[in-house]
Amino acid sequence: MSALGPISTRRRLTDKTARTVVLIGAAIALIPLVLVLFYVLKRGLGAFLNVDFFTQDPSGRFLGNPGGIRSAILGTIEIVGLATIIAIPIGIGLALYLVEFGKNSLFARVVRYFVDVLSGVPSIVFGLFIYITLVVSGAISGFAGWKGSIALSLLMLPIVTRASEVVLNLVPNELREAALALGSPRWRVVARVVLPSALPGLVTGSLLAIARAAGETAPLLFTVLGAKALTLNLGDQMNSLPLQIFNDVREAQDRLVDRAWASALTLILMILILNVAARFVSRRNRFA
Amino acid sequence: MSATVTARGDDPILGRSPRDRLPDRILQWGLTGLAIAILVLIAYFFYKLIDQSTPVFQQSGVFAFVFDNDWDPSKNIYGAWPLVVGTIVTSALALLLGVPVAVAAAIYVSELCPRPLRGPLTVVIDLLAAVPSVVYGLWGVFVLIPALRPVENWIGHTLSFVPFIGLPDDQTVAGPNYFIAGLILAIMILPITSAIAREVIATVPKEHKEAALALGATRWEMIRMSIIPYARPGIVGGAMLGLGRAIGETIAVTLVIGNAPVIGKNIWDQGYTLAAVIANEFGEAASDKLHTSALLAAGLVLFVLTLVINALARAVVNRRSERRMQVGAAA
Repeated sequence: MSALGPISTRRRLTDKTARTVVLIGAAIALIPLVLVLFYVLKRGLGAFLNVDFFTQDPSGRFLGNPGGIRSAILGTIEIVGLATIIAIPIGIGLALYLVEFGKNSLFARVVRYFVDVLSGVPSIVFGLFIYITLVVSGAISGFAGWKGSIALSLLMLPIVTRASEVVLNLVPNELREAALALGSPRWRVVARVVLPSALPGLVTGSLLAIARAAGETAPLLFTVLGAKALTLNLGDQMNSLPLQIFNDVREAQDRLVDRAWASALTLILMILILNVAARFVSRRNRFA
Repeated sequence: MSATVTARGDDPILGRSPRDRLPDRILQWGLTGLAIAILVLIAYFFYKLIDQSTPVFQQSGVFAFVFDNDWDPSKNIYGAWPLVVGTIVTSALALLLGVPVAVAAAIYVSELCPRPLRGPLTVVIDLLAAVPSVVYGLWGVFVLIPALRPVENWIGHTLSFVPFIGLPDDQTVAGPNYFIAGLILAIMILPITSAIAREVIATVPKEHKEAALALGATRWEMIRMSIIPYARPGIVGGAMLGLGRAIGETIAVTLVIGNAPVIGKNIWDQGYTLAAVIANEFGEAASDKLHTSALLAAGLVLFVLTLVINALARAVVNRRSERRMQVGAAA
């Protein structure tokens, strides 16, 4: 009855082989993550479980107790916090312009293009931008925490804008039209209809941008420079977790390397929490 | 709710006074102004970067700065060729090692894996992007370099006849080297390349796949004949976006490439990249105008390089999506 003959051995073998190769490729893709997490846990957990690790600042002593990472954690939170305050309103504002006003006009396309350009700029170049404009020139020269925040906010801006543009576009046009038809002015449509309905998506995009910025070292190298003692003044040189890890690795002393692993564990946990939060919020998105 | 449904009480909707429309105007022009300000800011940064790197260009010329094979800050000689070569070699290695794995992972996740595994696998691959670059560097220095050294020696000696990979019998690999940097970069570009490949594979029309299967193709023949030709431009674009990332990646590379401003003889030699030189030498350069300017020029070269590659990548990806839209409209 069946008109189809069996598949030839050669074809069946090719199929099997190719599928195995693809499977192996996929398995290889998982190896790095497993190994990185394994070693970070193995080498970092010891110091991580010590309370002093979180309550002391790096001592900078060559011998003896190297101290903890309190100043680095608080510095990261503060620098990234300020970057968030700068980048998120501007990023969402740009996306609002693109979706609500610019649409497909020439200027909007130019803006979209340059936001894309910005997202491809290497993070160290953002550091250079801030270095030449704020650190070495002008009346406010010198290294400071807030300058690192600006460098990070440049890095976050395209991430926030692109993610926000996508979710703002998902808000059904019928909602806008309904609000306009009821006589709402444009600004009220944006503030009361568009933004609230897109809120979960906006939060997700912002959280992912924050997670990305928290792990960046390069933009901070010559804007914040680094410090050991705790300072909460954004006008001073500050410490941050990625900088602390980078410097500890380069010292290549066992005790400092141990601290670097434990700091890496701390940083990864912070970033994971942001990622999980982002995923959790995006589940609540009504339109995606 | 009161009896009126208009937003502004009894005001006639169509007859709003200019004063009532003011908030709308402010919103529209405020947001437009914001967009203009961002463009001006980008232009200003770009101008400043060019302006500040001119001293080194005046000393040797742009061409000589990029192509001279001599980087010696102590003698005020700045020829960035070893750094450019290092950037190209490590990024090429990253593509070579990373893209096949990324594409295989994308194909497996979207076509071959059991459905319940699909979500978790996607999440896990995307999580690679959540690991900070400094952590990859830390892991590279203390785990990858010592663990891979015997393997690298074996490969180098076994393939000693292959140019750039072969290692003379009396030599062993340098701990930090181009290969390790390329491998770390391959891991770092994996999530973005794989994510984009997954997205374009998802856009392959179901009819194409079903047609191949209906004609008696095996799973693999369906992938090879229906999916790969359709998704190829998108995959290429994704790989190029990964390349853009690899070129600009700084911290992980700085930690594992050895930071020797010479062109290595093979991929097991120490080298340097444009981004790494900036990160490393900035501290000592601060007091030396010419050195600072040379590092800014290195940043400019890096910036222009990533601009070109990203523009090409976008062009490739967009051409695909436009064609898809036309096909969709015609159907």
